Amino acid sequence: MELLGLYYYWVFAILLMIGLYAVIVKLNLIKKLIGLSLFQAAVFLLYITMGKLEGGTAPIVTDANANGLFSNPLPQVLILTAIVVGISTMALGLGIVIRIKEEYGTIEEDEIQEIDK
Amino acid sequence: MTVIFGFFLLTLLLITAVAIVQSQNLFVSVMLSGMFSLLLAVNFFLLDAADVALTEAAVGAGISTVLLLSALAITAKHEKAPSSSRVGALIIVIIATLVLIYATLGNPQFADPNAPVHQHVAPWYLDKTAEAIDIPNVVTAVLGSFRGYDTLGEVFVVFTAGIGVLFLLGTQPGPFAQSNPFKLTDPKGLRHYLIPRVVGRMLVPFILLFGLYVQFHGEYGPGGGFQAGALIAAAIILFALLEGENSALKVIPRSVLIGLIAGGALLYGVVGLFGIFLGSNFLDYSVLSSNPVKGQQMGLLIIEAGVGITVTGVLLSIFHAFAARGKF
Repeated sequence: MELLGLYYYWVFAILLMIGLYAVIVKLNLIKKLIGLSLFQAAVFLLYITMGKLEGGTAPIVTDANANGLFSNPLPQVLILTAIVVGISTMALGLGIVIRIKEEYGTIEEDEIQEIDK
Repeated sequence: MTVIFGFFLLTLLLITAVAIVQSQNLFVSVMLSGMFSLLLAVNFFLLDAADVALTEAAVGAGISTVLLLSALAITAKHEKAPSSSRVGALIIVIIATLVLIYATLGNPQFADPNAPVHQHVAPWYLDKTAEAIDIPNVVTAVLGSFRGYDTLGEVFVVFTAGIGVLFLLGTQPGPFAQSNPFKLTDPKGLRHYLIPRVVGRMLVPFILLFGLYVQFHGEYGPGGGFQAGALIAAAIILFALLEGENSALKVIPRSVLIGLIAGGALLYGVVGLFGIFLGSNFLDYSVLSSNPVKGQQMGLLIIEAGVGITVTGVLLSIFHAFAARGKF
């Protein structure tokens, strides 16, 4: 049970590195952006995992559960806004990829570098 | 039982992530990443983060899939085989994973009440929300009022990203639009497919209604401007896919969208300035009404509306910019 309690953190570590692998190895720019969003999702998972409290519930305090336990609202606030900012920045990245395709005719990194030579 | 379910979902999450990276077909990768977002949303829900789960489901599984698909329509559906630098990257990544896992051995156990994160300011926010703002949803209270500065910053980041996409792509069809066989937004939409048309048209008003509910019920339940903005944008995007982009532009024209992008962010900022004019600090809503608690609630309602307006405007503008680029 000691080790099982850390399973969420391990998933974070593996997911983070799957994302990083995609960013390093893949030459396709859209695949790189998808890898970046996996990386981002791993960070989201870490934050939300840390906010969880044993026996807690969602931090919505009503009269019925006023004396209960609540999970930590602060990581949730951070990640809530980060998700929407994440999609906006990914859209900006995709816009740049579309412009690259229009100028270079390809979105494979090695071919773009070949053209630039 | 919940723990076992959580482990199962996490394992599925990892398998999906590997499949996303492995697949050479970008279309498959994008569809899988939609599934990944949905799994992540369920995980967030199990971790008591209802607001975050709602956002991830609306944004990750809905809008991000549509945006990626419209980018694929203009660029390429397949990636070329990767080069030879794989082994080095794999070694680096495996070593880094092992180091990270080694580092977790010193972490507090999952959901440990004695973990440092639960000791510091979190109990203060949980205690003071009822007293200062008197709304049930602590996440909304922290987001809109206690940490209103940060949220204003995030809204401006979303605003900037929207303006950036408009600068990059404009509203004209691009040079690759004509030759492309795979068009996301047929001018006729999906009108000639009976089942998507009937089911989709029935769904659109209910998604809009749910979006408005999430917007104005954000103080009492999970929800708020970010989620509502994503939901309303998703409803209009669904309408655009069904009826063609031009019909959606008739509902909300481009000029209105630009107004929405700027208007929401301005509304947020102006509420902040009102605090100064009424003799208090920037983004202090207490002075908006004679009763400080009522003032806080009023301020929250207005700034959440501002957030919702900007997010809707930005997401829809980005969609239309991508769709126009691929049009013939």
